[in-house]
Amino acid sequence: MSDPVLVVVFYLISAITVVAALGVVLTRNIVYAAVFLVGTFAGVAGIFVLLNADFLAAVQLLVYAGAIAILIIFAIMMTRDTRKGSRSNEQRWPAFIMAVLMLAVLLGGISQTIWPVSVLAPLETTTEKLGKLLLNEYILPFEVVSVLLVAAMIGAIVISRED
Amino acid sequence: MLSSFGYVGILAIVALLFPIGAIITFLLANYLLKLRRPNPAKLTTYECGMDPIGDSWIRFNTRYYLFALLFVVFDVEAVLLYPWAVAYRRLGLYAFVEMAIFIGILLIGYLYAWNKKALEWK
Amino acid sequence: MSPWDIIYNFFPYIGGLISGALSSVLPGWAVYVIMALIGIIGILGFAITGNLAMVWAERRIIGRMQVRLGPNRVGPFGLLQPIADAIKVLTKEDIVPRKADKLLHFLGPTAFLIPAVLAWAVVPFADGTILTDLNIGILYMLAVSSLSLIGLFLAGWGSNNKYSLLGSMRTIAQVVSYEIPMVLSILGVVAIVGSLSMVDIVKAQNIPFIVLQPLGFIVYLIAATAELNRSPFDTLEAESEIVAGYFTEYSGMKFAIFYIAEYFNLLLVASIVTTLFLGGWRGPFLPPYIWFVIKIFLLFFFFMWLRGTLPRFRIDQLMALAWKFLLPLALLNIFLTGLGILAWQALGF
Repeated sequence: MSDPVLVVVFYLISAITVVAALGVVLTRNIVYAAVFLVGTFAGVAGIFVLLNADFLAAVQLLVYAGAIAILIIFAIMMTRDTRKGSRSNEQRWPAFIMAVLMLAVLLGGISQTIWPVSVLAPLETTTEKLGKLLLNEYILPFEVVSVLLVAAMIGAIVISRED
Repeated sequence: MLSSFGYVGILAIVALLFPIGAIITFLLANYLLKLRRPNPAKLTTYECGMDPIGDSWIRFNTRYYLFALLFVVFDVEAVLLYPWAVAYRRLGLYAFVEMAIFIGILLIGYLYAWNKKALEWK
Repeated sequence: MSPWDIIYNFFPYIGGLISGALSSVLPGWAVYVIMALIGIIGILGFAITGNLAMVWAERRIIGRMQVRLGPNRVGPFGLLQPIADAIKVLTKEDIVPRKADKLLHFLGPTAFLIPAVLAWAVVPFADGTILTDLNIGILYMLAVSSLSLIGLFLAGWGSNNKYSLLGSMRTIAQVVSYEIPMVLSILGVVAIVGSLSMVDIVKAQNIPFIVLQPLGFIVYLIAATAELNRSPFDTLEAESEIVAGYFTEYSGMKFAIFYIAEYFNLLLVASIVTTLFLGGWRGPFLPPYIWFVIKIFLLFFFFMWLRGTLPRFRIDQLMALAWKFLLPLALLNIFLTGLGILAWQALGF
C-alpha cells in the first residue's frame, strides 16, 4: 500500500463505501436504503481487491451485492409504507441504547485486537490455496456451512408456508 | 495482480459514463429540438388508458421472498464449491468425498423443499 | 515476424507497437491508462457494432422465419435500419410519469447497462486479445452480471407503474432461479481446467468441452437463455399480460439503453458459451479472433432460431424447470465430472 496511486484509490473507495453506508442509515425511504446498501457492498468488494483478495471480492459481489441485496429488496416488497419508513416507533430508545452498546463493542474489538500483518508477498492466485485450505484444515467449518444453509432453508419454508 | 484489476477500474469509470452520457445526449436533443410537450394526460401512469387505480407500490406475495432465500442458500453453496473445483485435480478422492457430503447435506434440504411444495410457483 | 504471424496475432502486435511508441515519451502509468482506454474503445466498438448488426440480423431472420420480409426500406436490404433506429431513438420525447420516483427512474437504465459493459473485461477474443486476464475470470463475469438485477428493480420500482413493478419482480425471481443452475453448471469446466481464468480455460480445450461436458453445456445454455429473458423465457415482456414489463414507462434513449444492455448481454452469453464449451478462439486455418466471432454469430443464430420456434413458457412452468430439472442436472454434472476426473487420473493421464 505504499504506491501513491493505490492510496488515492483506497481513500476514494473507502469514501464511497462510508457515504453509501451513511445513506443506508439516514434515508427514510427503505428502497433508497437498499440501493445505498448495494453501493456499500460494491465498495467493500473494491477494498477486497486492494487487499489482493480477488476471490473474496468476487464472492462479495456475487453473494452480497447480487444475492443478499435481492433478498433484502424482496423483504422490503413484503412490507408496507416503503417510502416513509415507520413513523412512530416506540422502541426508539431501546434501539438507540443497543446501537450505542454495539458501537462500543465494535470500537473496543477493533482497538484491542492485535492485527497480524503478514510479511509475505500476496498470493498470485488465491482461489486454489483457499480450496486446499477449505478441504484440509478447515474441512469441519466447510461441512458445517452446508448444515447451516439447510437450517436456513428449512426455516424459511416453515415460516412462509401458508397452511 | 492489482495491475490486472486496474483495467477493471478504468472500465468501471467508462461503464458509468457510457449510459449517463447517452442519456444526457438524449435530454440535450430533447431540449434543443424542443421535443418535450408534456400534458397532464401524457404524464399519468400508463394503465391501458384507464386512470390509474390505487397505489403501484403494493405489497408482494411472500413466495418471492422464499425463492430469494432459496437462491441465497444455493448461491452460497455454489460459491463455496468454486475453490473446491479449482483445487480438485490436485486433491483427489477425499476431495470428492468431501464434496459429496457437502452437496448431500444440502440435498436433504432440497428434498424437504420439494416435498413441502416450496419449489412450486403457485 | 512473418506476415502470417502478424495477421494471426494482430491485436497483441498492434498493441505492442503502440505501447512501445508511447513508453518512449510518456511515464509508465500514462501508457497503462492509454492502453486500457484503447482496449476499452476497441471492445466497446466491437460490442456496439455487433449490437447494431444483431438488431438488423434479428429482424431480418425472424422476418424470414415468420414468412415475411422484415425491414427492407432503409438502404440496401434494410442495412441502414439500425442507424435510422438510432436517430429515431435520440429524437423521441422524454416522458417521465408525474408519479414516478424521478431519481430511481433515471438510475434504472444506468444501473442496468453498467454490469453489461463491465463484464466485457474478461472476454478472450484471442490469446493476448483480452482486456485483462483476471485470475478469477469466470467468477468475475458471474459476479458482475448478477448486479444487473438491481437496475431492473430500480426501473420497475422507480416507474411507479403496476406493470413495471410486476414485470421487474417476476424477472428478478426468474433470473435468480436460473442463476443457480448456471453457476453450478460451470463448476464442471472449472474442475477439469483447475483455474478460473478465461485464457486458461480456452488453452485447456484440446477437445472442446462440449464433448467432455455435454450435460454442463445443456444446463448452461438453457439457464443462460433464461437469464437473458429471451424467448421462450421472456415473461418480463409478456405483452398479453403486463404490457412491456419494467420498461413500460420509458421512452427514447432511456428505453433504448435497456435494449443495448440486452444485446450486450446476448453477445456476452454467446462469448461465454464459446469460451467455456466451444473451444474459444481455437480453430484451424483462420486467425483466432475470426473463429471467435464466427462461433459467437452461430450461437446468435441459434438464439434467433429459438425465438422463431418456441412459444413462451408460463411463469410456474419456468420456475419448475429451473428448480426441479436444471438444478438436479447441474448437481449430477458435478458428481459425474468429479468421478470422471478421478477415473481419468486412475488411468494414469
